[in-house]
Amino acid sequence: MAQSRRKPPRVGDGPIIRRVLIGTTLFFGAILVLAPLIVIAVEAFSQGLKAYAATIAHPDTRHAILMTVATALIAVPVNTAFGLAAAWAITKFDFWGRRALLVVIEIPFSISPIVAGVAYLFVYGLQGLFGPMLEAADVKILFALPGIVLASMFVTAPFVARELIPLMQAQGRDLEEAATSLGASGWRTFFSVTLPNVKWALLYGIVLCNARVMGEFGAVSVVSGNIRGQTNTLPLHIELLYHDYQAAGAFASASILATLAVFTIIAKVALERRGAGRRPALAAAAKDQNAGTSP
Amino acid sequence: MKRNVLPGLPLSLGITLFYVGLIVVLPLAALVFKAASLGPSEYWAIVSSPRAVASYRVTVLSALVATAFNLVFGLALAWVLVRYRFPGRRIVDAIVDLPFALPTAVAGIALTTLFASNGWFGSLLAPLGIKVAYTPLGIMVAMCFTSLPFIVRTVQPVLEDLDPALEEAAQSLGGSDRTIFLRVILPLLMPALLAGLSLSFARSLGEFGAIIFIAGNQPMETEITALLAFIRLEEYDYQAAAAIASVLLITAFLMLAATNLLQARALRYTARS
Repeated sequence: MAQSRRKPPRVGDGPIIRRVLIGTTLFFGAILVLAPLIVIAVEAFSQGLKAYAATIAHPDTRHAILMTVATALIAVPVNTAFGLAAAWAITKFDFWGRRALLVVIEIPFSISPIVAGVAYLFVYGLQGLFGPMLEAADVKILFALPGIVLASMFVTAPFVARELIPLMQAQGRDLEEAATSLGASGWRTFFSVTLPNVKWALLYGIVLCNARVMGEFGAVSVVSGNIRGQTNTLPLHIELLYHDYQAAGAFASASILATLAVFTIIAKVALERRGAGRRPALAAAAKDQNAGTSP
Repeated sequence: MKRNVLPGLPLSLGITLFYVGLIVVLPLAALVFKAASLGPSEYWAIVSSPRAVASYRVTVLSALVATAFNLVFGLALAWVLVRYRFPGRRIVDAIVDLPFALPTAVAGIALTTLFASNGWFGSLLAPLGIKVAYTPLGIMVAMCFTSLPFIVRTVQPVLEDLDPALEEAAQSLGGSDRTIFLRVILPLLMPALLAGLSLSFARSLGEFGAIIFIAGNQPMETEITALLAFIRLEEYDYQAAAAIASVLLITAFLMLAATNLLQARALRYTARS
């Protein structure tokens, strides 16, 4: 946080520039970010409370909610376990290829979800690597829950690891080394030394991972097959209703995800107060540079 | 070098490599393999077809405009959030993350409704002859929305940690606000700004969910590359889908490399100044 001491005016503290900047940014912020949130609420209830309740209670909507929750219940814990394992391996040990591994873990973050979906098709689809084999064994991965879960896992693979790695890197290995040298087992060290130190960052990663899994659209729409009442997650259900000219229904379903988004942000702010997030390596690096240039 | 006493390397590294291999590397390798199984001439014919090239043009141009807008707007927003105190500042600060938290499909239908010719903003712009929904402008609006937090969130922490002494020194030497901003503050923000810029641009290039609702999706005009790959898939033209997806993949890798390079260079630049 910037210090709020009253010192000689800093750059941009003039009343005119201050007002103009606050006014303009709030204006564009309201148009671009706040208005979509409001329009969702307005449109969702545009046909009245009854129609809203009817949409939510519709079997297809309920099934879509179930699919979304089921996907999150599998993908989020698995990605959490992966994030913890990756962070432990990368921050507590030095091994060849460590930096390369870091880069590979971050890859899903910079790849279009559509590319992820298409890529999965070429692994598990009929025209893919394992497709014919899976077909022969009568195992359905694509156009079913496993495919949706796998695609969601790809998209959110870095989420937990990304929060843990910089933090655990900064915390070093001393505490863990002390614990093991005093005779604690590896698991004991992990659960009573490492985990308490990273719990907020871990939770932060989980919250963001969950939001992305529940909201993922592109990757899932490729691998789900869009079968109404069967493989539709909530975002896909929204698309279906919207293109069916059932805008109110689409917005009613969207309001569920918008509520999730608002709760995600509240959780995010609460966790940031406890020190999670807000630690980009870049900021730290830039700070070092600044420190070097200041008198 | 100290001998490492901690246990768990085989287990944690084993899980990590297995998972990354299965979830990330295998699918991407399968995609590359599929695209490579096309002959060079066939591959080139697909990725250089007029419809594909038109999709690159609209995607890249829209992403450039959206990133340029977010550069100015994101920097201004970060500045306002860090430098000024006003009622509601913390709420604004929290809401900046909404584009990350709100599912893209939800953002897509919300923006389309707002900017359609009968929507809240669309109806205001229509008399001026500006159509946003179902035009390239709509694609830009969707990209602006989804990539807004990148620049704000990369610049904000650096701006917070900026040493006031630097500004004070420049002021005492008689620098005007403008000069100080351009010659002192901006160079210090440059690494973060460039990082945010490339993240924002990369995200815009790959965005799908928010765009397809508002774009109109007319081939040659408002069809983004990600959608073209998706359409080829729905037409069961798997080779074309693989080829076009591989273009997106290669672009993503180039962007990743450029990001790292820019950051390294920018950091060196700050160190020297």
